[in-house]
Amino acid sequence: MILFYLVSLLTITFSLLVIFTKNPIYSVLYLIATFFTFTIHYVLLNAQFLAVVNFIVYMGAIMVLFLFVLMLMNLNKETEPMKSTLIKIIAVIAGGSLLVTLIGSFKQLDALGISTINKPEIGLVENLGKVLFSDFLLPFEVSSILLLSAMVGAVLLAKKDKTDNG
Amino acid sequence: MELAFLIEKVAVVVILFVLTLTIAAYSTLAERKVAAFLQDRVGPDRAGPFGVFQPLADGGKMFFKEETTPNGANKWLFIAGPSLALLTSFLGSAVIPWGQPINFFGRIVPLQVTDINVGILYIFGVVSLGVYGIMIGGWASNNKYSLMGAVRGASQNISYEIAMGLSIIALLLVTNSLSFKVIAEQQHGINWNFWYQPLGFLIFLVCAFAETNRVPFDLPECETELIGGYNTEYSGFKMGAYMFAEYINMFVSSAVMATLYFGGYNYPGMDFVNQHLGTTWGPLVGVAVLLGKILAFIFFFMWVRWTVPRFRYDQLMNLGWKILIPLAIANIVITACVITFFDKF
Repeated sequence: MILFYLVSLLTITFSLLVIFTKNPIYSVLYLIATFFTFTIHYVLLNAQFLAVVNFIVYMGAIMVLFLFVLMLMNLNKETEPMKSTLIKIIAVIAGGSLLVTLIGSFKQLDALGISTINKPEIGLVENLGKVLFSDFLLPFEVSSILLLSAMVGAVLLAKKDKTDNG
Repeated sequence: MELAFLIEKVAVVVILFVLTLTIAAYSTLAERKVAAFLQDRVGPDRAGPFGVFQPLADGGKMFFKEETTPNGANKWLFIAGPSLALLTSFLGSAVIPWGQPINFFGRIVPLQVTDINVGILYIFGVVSLGVYGIMIGGWASNNKYSLMGAVRGASQNISYEIAMGLSIIALLLVTNSLSFKVIAEQQHGINWNFWYQPLGFLIFLVCAFAETNRVPFDLPECETELIGGYNTEYSGFKMGAYMFAEYINMFVSSAVMATLYFGGYNYPGMDFVNQHLGTTWGPLVGVAVLLGKILAFIFFFMWVRWTVPRFRYDQLMNLGWKILIPLAIANIVITACVITFFDKF
């Protein structure tokens, strides 16, 4: 339980640092740290598969791309674009409405009461696989085919470019 | 958690740590010796007989060299880069089973730091983290060449991770498990996964070369174009940390390949040996066999380095995206079809 509070504290600290640091590269690095604490949370919740997938996909792939793009753009204080007042107002309104939505959904949660799951092993790969391949077979297959076709499509697009040029 | 269990785990971790460091240190010597052998030279032979103290001399030199930090560099991240590279290179060895459970003074000790049931995915995650060391170090150097090296490292890692993941999926179809312990046990005797997944192994091998940034995939530190790539600005022990991380990565990926495809600690006639040597010395022979396989892989890494020239960058991307990924997908389809066929009839 102490571990949970410690990790939660770290999560909140890191996510606040993501917002409040000036340097975008630092922001991304703190975001990586935040995702790492999420992974620890998943392990604490005995959801090993989710933990390791969060680790691979978010920390290992998506954040590398974020960092990649930021490094290529090489943002620093001189090149930072000035934000106009209009954009700032729009951002405040958008953030505010997100907050309202979140609070609304939390109220709903309270009304429903907290549901407890009595199967502690549900997050392990074996059980997760069984559920995915029995109860959720169609959505699982559809999404996997979608992802695969997206990847193959990307390769195909790259191939096409080559023949056009050469 | 009882005390004996804790001591046992700490002992395994410490032995593994020392072993990894020793092998990595002597890989640097072996690399130069292999290079000398392949180029018909003598190689380093001044420090001790046959140059066996060369790694110590090199290590001492690294420690005592002046460390310079460029003026425009980001101080914290400049240190974080090599530290992270070294850290992530060590992490992978935790899930590899180094031998059968060993009888140590009446206590059965598993020769594995931890057996998590998503072991393969864990290795995959650690591999994908490895690139942060290069990226952060390259960016923090505040040097265009370093940045180019870092960006190259990132795009190369991401590209080859896909093919690597796909080749692992085909392997999982054969093994039905994500745990390294179970996979190693399945390959008893000479029932190695390599016989079922030769193409998958080939793809994995190529990707391992790319992920460890070894020649012919060492474009992040391509000295003809980028001076030194991501480590241009590094000197002294920080430079040493990057170099060491590369050799540890090589060791760990050799261990992973040996365990996943070449039977790990299994060898033909192991039952006979285990019967005659008992439960203490029998597993140790298995450990020696695994180390032998790992060293053979490390030699292969070096052999390739001193034989094959470096790719051009577009060739590298073509190989990754247009050859390896389609091959890996075909491998999955063929494996799945064959398995379904044999299950039905």
